[in-house]
Amino acid sequence: MVEVLYFAWVRERIGKARESVETNAATVADLVAELRAREPRYEAAFADTSALRVALDQELSEFDAALSGVREVAFFPPMTGG
Amino acid sequence: MKVSVQEAPFDFAAEMAGFGVGRADVGAIVSFTGVVRDDTGRMQALELEHYPGMTERAVTKITEEAMARWNLADALVIHRHGRLDIGEQIMMVATAARHRGDAFAAAEFLMDYLKSRAPFWKKEHGLDGETDWVAAKDSDEDALKRW
Repeated sequence: MVEVLYFAWVRERIGKARESVETNAATVADLVAELRAREPRYEAAFADTSALRVALDQELSEFDAALSGVREVAFFPPMTGG
Repeated sequence: MKVSVQEAPFDFAAEMAGFGVGRADVGAIVSFTGVVRDDTGRMQALELEHYPGMTERAVTKITEEAMARWNLADALVIHRHGRLDIGEQIMMVATAARHRGDAFAAAEFLMDYLKSRAPFWKKEHGLDGETDWVAAKDSDEDALKRW
């Protein structure tokens, strides 16, 4: 079970800020594939992962990273702070 | 070192009044303030979403890196989130160092990294009620390469 968080337009497209996901996905990419298969709104949000960033337990990571031991996965667009 | 991620406005003068003062190893203090700007004349407000927890961690890590890399005597970063009106102060950084070169460089480094590596997302609210997420610029990503 991982807690999945969405921010900015990813959150708006999916329609929720967070959810608990039951998954055995080995990597972030595997988790994305599972989410995309759920519903069109997930498919729309994850259509182009090159436009997205991922954080694992609040550290920036990569889509090929392993999920073992990870409790919190966050998906969001490139950051625009400052 | 001070890092704050907050919704409330900050008092620039009060923050700077005590920053880097009374120390024999400080010869230069640099500060930068970011302000909500409207390039189109059609903006009503700017909203900043953040990632509670990760944002504080990321900003702290970036600030610690600047402290170590330029051997700063002190560093201060305040970054706001929530809804801000045109002309409001979004964020400020301040650096205190022995020499101005390090103080300026560290402040620029902080700004470049806060733009692209701190989890904030800007959304423009138009006078017409429309909203638009601000897209990240390639030039902001390129700016990181000089460090």
